[in-house]
Amino acid sequence: MDTGRNHSWAPASVSQADAERAPPILEVHDLTCRFGGVVAVNRCSFSIERGRITGVIGPNGAGKTTIFRMVAGALAPSSGRILFEGEDITGVPTHEMFHRGIVRTFQIPHEFGRLTTLENLMTVPSGQPGENLWRVWASPGRIRNHEAGVREKAERTLEFLNLSGLRDELAMNLSGGQKKLLELGRAMMTEPRLALLDEPGAGVNPTLLASLAEMIRTLNRERNYTFVIIEHDMDLIASLCDRVIVLAEGAVLTEGTMDKVREDPRVIEAYLGGGDEADEAVESKASIGSASE
Amino acid sequence: MDSLYGIFLYAIYLLTMGGIYAVLVMGLNIQWGFTGLFNAGIAGFFAVGAYTSAIISTASSGRHLGGLSLPLWASLPGAMIASALIAWAVAWICIRLRSDYLAIATLGIAEILRLVLKNEDWATNGARGISRIPKPFEDLPEPWNQIAMLLLVLAILLVLYLLLERARRAPWGRVMTAIRENEAAARAAGKNVEGFRIEAFVLGGALMGLGGALMAHHVKFIDPNMAEPLSTTFIVWVMLIIGGSGNNKGALFGAFLVWTLWSTSEIVTTRLPAEWELKSAYLRFFLVGLALQIILQRYPAGILKEHRPIGK
Repeated sequence: MDTGRNHSWAPASVSQADAERAPPILEVHDLTCRFGGVVAVNRCSFSIERGRITGVIGPNGAGKTTIFRMVAGALAPSSGRILFEGEDITGVPTHEMFHRGIVRTFQIPHEFGRLTTLENLMTVPSGQPGENLWRVWASPGRIRNHEAGVREKAERTLEFLNLSGLRDELAMNLSGGQKKLLELGRAMMTEPRLALLDEPGAGVNPTLLASLAEMIRTLNRERNYTFVIIEHDMDLIASLCDRVIVLAEGAVLTEGTMDKVREDPRVIEAYLGGGDEADEAVESKASIGSASE
Repeated sequence: MDSLYGIFLYAIYLLTMGGIYAVLVMGLNIQWGFTGLFNAGIAGFFAVGAYTSAIISTASSGRHLGGLSLPLWASLPGAMIASALIAWAVAWICIRLRSDYLAIATLGIAEILRLVLKNEDWATNGARGISRIPKPFEDLPEPWNQIAMLLLVLAILLVLYLLLERARRAPWGRVMTAIRENEAAARAAGKNVEGFRIEAFVLGGALMGLGGALMAHHVKFIDPNMAEPLSTTFIVWVMLIIGGSGNNKGALFGAFLVWTLWSTSEIVTTRLPAEWELKSAYLRFFLVGLALQIILQRYPAGILKEHRPIGK
């Protein structure tokens, strides 16, 4: 589990007291998702604090991505409720979730391969007049003006992501790590209120991962983005997240700070199995979250 | 001198027919080239346009619906609207299907349309088709009537090209490409994927209807055979693939190139011995397929492939 990387970033700047005073940005109540006979998410409940970076961890098959998909509207829950800023958004489709301020990135990068890096970002902002065909033909001048603003924002975002040099490159030609940055950039184009990042560090080399993590921290600190991050890289989770939710078999096993979570034998058992293996695992618990030490 | 005049008339015919096919190919380019919608029922929309235009523009006849005797300015938009409505109905049902299933569904719908046109005698005169469809400028002396028809087709094509090129370069075209490239990501970026796909399908269907109407007015006769998948759907697909899918210039180029190949191949096949006569029509399809294979070896994305970034 130890990736051999050590990240030295300080915790996010939003104070515990501030976060506790504000109502949660997202609440999930008794969320359940069944695929035929398989219960992928089983009466799962948790809340996400505004302006914080929350990690979601758990072994493969724990239901992390399924929960993301339900929160982002890509999958309708079998039962349960999802509240976003106090409003029930259960079953609202993805494109409407986006307009409410929830964006999601994917485990495997989902770039628009045959659009350039810049165009990938320019596609995102909603309400572009140029997306209406009649306006394209009837008022090209207005569209040009709006387009200039979108382009400027996209170029600023590329600069933040250190991808300016690749602005005219087709997204399909970017490396895996650059595609992850592009995913983050697409999320940034909307100034989201809640960003769900699904394994942003997967397949990213250590140098780029350090940059990616720093960017997430900057966005959280300076723009007050709320992040929920699924990640298997415990170093990254430990260094970035104020709070961690541990899932196992579709339900919340425990939650709290990384220090608290990694002391919990149930977490180690969930990751490594029971019996003798679990005993050994307790001894090797440093492998989960060693980077924070 | 006569032969030169004949070649001149043939060239006008070639360009006019190429232009009509180019309208169809541009319709397919919106659906497949821009948005990734696999429409295998081009012939159906083409036939709906042709029949609607014929019914609107022909003189009164007891053999089929119509007798409105309306001019071209009514029959062409009428054909586009009829095809667009059919396309909207098809899209409303099928647009969520994955591309291969959409292909099967549209192919089936086109066959249903063909059989309706063939069997509903009271409306379409069945297999006998509709004749005496007015041709624009037919009162002019030859060759001016042919030249005027060609100019009309080219003018329509130019307007379509300018409109679609502007659409392709605008955020509208960008969203369509995004949907084609990654539907899930487009959805996650807040795009109403179904809405955009329906829009592309309907717009493409309307252009296919326009192509059908122009064809009906040009050849003055239509029958259900024009809705045969091999003679329309296959050729239009080959035109787009060879020309360059996703590129309006490629769509135009492919239409004229493949139509020239298709038309001139008839000159060769009609000179074959009598025992080959029956096979010659299929030989032409074979030649077109062969050309497709050879060209794709050299140009996998078509001769004029899609180019990004736009404007460079």
